[in-house]
Amino acid sequence: MERNEKKVTEEQIAYAKLLNICGMIAFVLLVVFFAIYLTGTVKPHIPLAELPKYWGLSLPDYLEQTNYKAGWSWLNMIGKGDFLNFIGISLLPAITILCYIRISPILIRKKDTLYIIITALEVVILVLAASGVLTIGH
Amino acid sequence: MPGKKLKKFLYRISKKPCLFVILVIAGFALIIASNSFGGSESEHLVPSAESLSRQSGLPWWTWPVILFAVTFVLGILAVLAGVGGAVLFVPIVSSFFPFHLDFVRGTGLLVALSLAIAAGPSLLRKGLADLRLALPIALVTSCGAIVGAIVGLSLPTNIVQTALGAAILGIVLVMILAKKSEFPEVKKSDALSTALKISGIYYEASLGEQISWKVHRTGAALLVFAGVGFAGGMFGLGAGWANVPVLNLMMGIPLKMAVSTSISLISITSASAAWIYLNKGAVLPIMVVPSVIGIMLGSRIGVKILARSRPAVIRYIVIAMLALAGARALLKGLGI
Repeated sequence: MERNEKKVTEEQIAYAKLLNICGMIAFVLLVVFFAIYLTGTVKPHIPLAELPKYWGLSLPDYLEQTNYKAGWSWLNMIGKGDFLNFIGISLLPAITILCYIRISPILIRKKDTLYIIITALEVVILVLAASGVLTIGH
Repeated sequence: MPGKKLKKFLYRISKKPCLFVILVIAGFALIIASNSFGGSESEHLVPSAESLSRQSGLPWWTWPVILFAVTFVLGILAVLAGVGGAVLFVPIVSSFFPFHLDFVRGTGLLVALSLAIAAGPSLLRKGLADLRLALPIALVTSCGAIVGAIVGLSLPTNIVQTALGAAILGIVLVMILAKKSEFPEVKKSDALSTALKISGIYYEASLGEQISWKVHRTGAALLVFAGVGFAGGMFGLGAGWANVPVLNLMMGIPLKMAVSTSISLISITSASAAWIYLNKGAVLPIMVVPSVIGIMLGSRIGVKILARSRPAVIRYIVIAMLALAGARALLKGLGI
């Protein structure tokens, strides 16, 4: 394996390291916030015992009946036990954006024009998806 | 100590496929039986999952616990059969659990993403996955996945459920029919892959030698990947089932590198689509966290028993499970 590691590019190593660190942080956050949620340490928006009323609903019905505005509105509800979990959950897809940003300076230094463009485009796409701009009605 | 006992138990099971099949079938029978309390609902094309949950008479906490147990088993099977977790998770959970398909797909993407994040770093560091190969493909699959997620969340549930059933049965066919080539022959790199400088060398431990690889049909493969991304986003699947054949058979990438690069790809593609589901509100922590933890723990056990298991037998079990879940999803979508 050591011989193989020598063939791995600098950006690939940097990408892997950040992916690993952020992945571990996300999993720890998921477990900690879920424990807080289950133990009732922080009061949830929807009481746990009432969840079966909602988890079988279609998305539009769920949003209407729980008065949840979706998008990034969970940030305003971070004080509720269930929405506290969204910190760990949203970190999972955010890791990819961070990894792309991490390798950009390396690609710029190497003057790898095509991959600088590809990386920049991917960041734009992921940020647009994360922003909530790319959604239409159900 | 309990961990050791569990490992021993799982090892014994993996050596006795009949026992394994019985356990899997018993698990499914339990879920179906618990789902069936109170009879069926003929007035809806897709039976109300809410009423399934209420009619089962089970307290709320049993569902996350069952979900955790099932995803734990799926994590083991996914590793042993060489498939992604979400391709098993979405059809099985949407068919046998009281959760709505919208939330199941959102969770499925996060399950696929978690597995890819956990496995990706090691594969990238060892050079078994190639980032230079993954980045252009990820750009195309991300676009497809975002469009797929938007379309999937805009369509009526019965249509998505029917299409999911058909897609899963299609995946079963791909798994049965698709051949694999350990070291495909690529006579000449195509112009696009040459411009992108996609080629490399990796160390093949089983042969003890360096294997050089290059790719062809890059343009055509990118078109196929757009479709793969679309399906992944629409149904909440990780799409490893399609990535590997396209990378291996179409582009000519050695099998081990195709599997590893596919995992890196999933971490990018699933992230794109997961944002859409998150922003639309199709994510429930009570489903996501037990599923992610269950499948992660299961996959770790799976990796440990992989060397001593019989992959062919387990692959057939997984194909049978997918066929069952796909058929049920199709019938459910058609209201039969």
